[in-house]
Amino acid sequence: MKTLINIFRELAGLFIDDGLLALAISVVVVFAALVAAIAPAVPIAAGSVLLVGCLGVLFSNVIRAGKR
Amino acid sequence: MAPAVSAAFLSSLVEAVEALTIVLSVATVRGWRPAGLGALAGLATLALIVLVLGPLLDRVPLHALQLVIGVLLLLFGMRWLRKAILRAAGVIPLHDEALAFATGTAALREQAHHGTRLDWLAGLAAYKAMLLEGLEVVFVVIAVGAGRGLLVPASIGALAACALVAAVGFAVHRPLARVPENTLKFTVGVMLSAFGVFWTGEGLGVPWLGEDLAILGFAALFLIVAVAAVRLVRSPAVQAIS
Repeated sequence: MKTLINIFRELAGLFIDDGLLALAISVVVVFAALVAAIAPAVPIAAGSVLLVGCLGVLFSNVIRAGKR
Repeated sequence: MAPAVSAAFLSSLVEAVEALTIVLSVATVRGWRPAGLGALAGLATLALIVLVLGPLLDRVPLHALQLVIGVLLLLFGMRWLRKAILRAAGVIPLHDEALAFATGTAALREQAHHGTRLDWLAGLAAYKAMLLEGLEVVFVVIAVGAGRGLLVPASIGALAACALVAAVGFAVHRPLARVPENTLKFTVGVMLSAFGVFWTGEGLGVPWLGEDLAILGFAALFLIVAVAAVRLVRSPAVQAIS
């Protein structure tokens, strides 16, 4: 049982290492989905939010980690 | 097709090297029997997972599949890229296969002093390594190959990497410490993050300019941001603040 729990934890660890990064990515995706729902006539707006958001999240997360 | 095959090949190379290090640790301390049996059991479990879950992929609506895979790719790829940036900038130490091998063998030898179930524990270590690293390979193959009919080329790329690492590893009987793991992780992190943005956008109904070619543009943007972040984190100004 303990081994199974450890394997499950390591599986979750494949996707979530830094909790803040995972949370920020999720927020960007949800925001992009909202933009896609609100402005279906301009779908590229959601794409821009997604792309710029992910790049921004990565950059700010790394800079913050570097300062720590 | 080339980005999907290269992403599958390069990420599988990294995972196979990590799995090989653990299997070699087990083989060095307890011999090839528990190492081989553990690794084979891990491969069998992986094959079972692929056989059971593989056909289900066809039943999932395409947009939902793209969205789920895209988000998982973003989490997986940006996690790799973040770590590779921090390693390249010297914030966290580089992954050292020789050190991982030494730590693994030392831990197994330590267990030898405390119990008699060592063959079982050693086999379990090999099993876990093969299963977890293998799952990463399977995930990347599905992520870059599904939805575009590229599962077979991506699988071939992944299998080629695994076969290459296994052949070299078993020939030299040493962990492959000279593989530029962080450079590979950096490259794969950039590619997987680019695929992640692409698939998530497709799942949300975004018509990307240039269609599949947009992935290359996203990869270039992630590369620029990652290189800029490495330089900035390395710079004395940021170090002075910290």
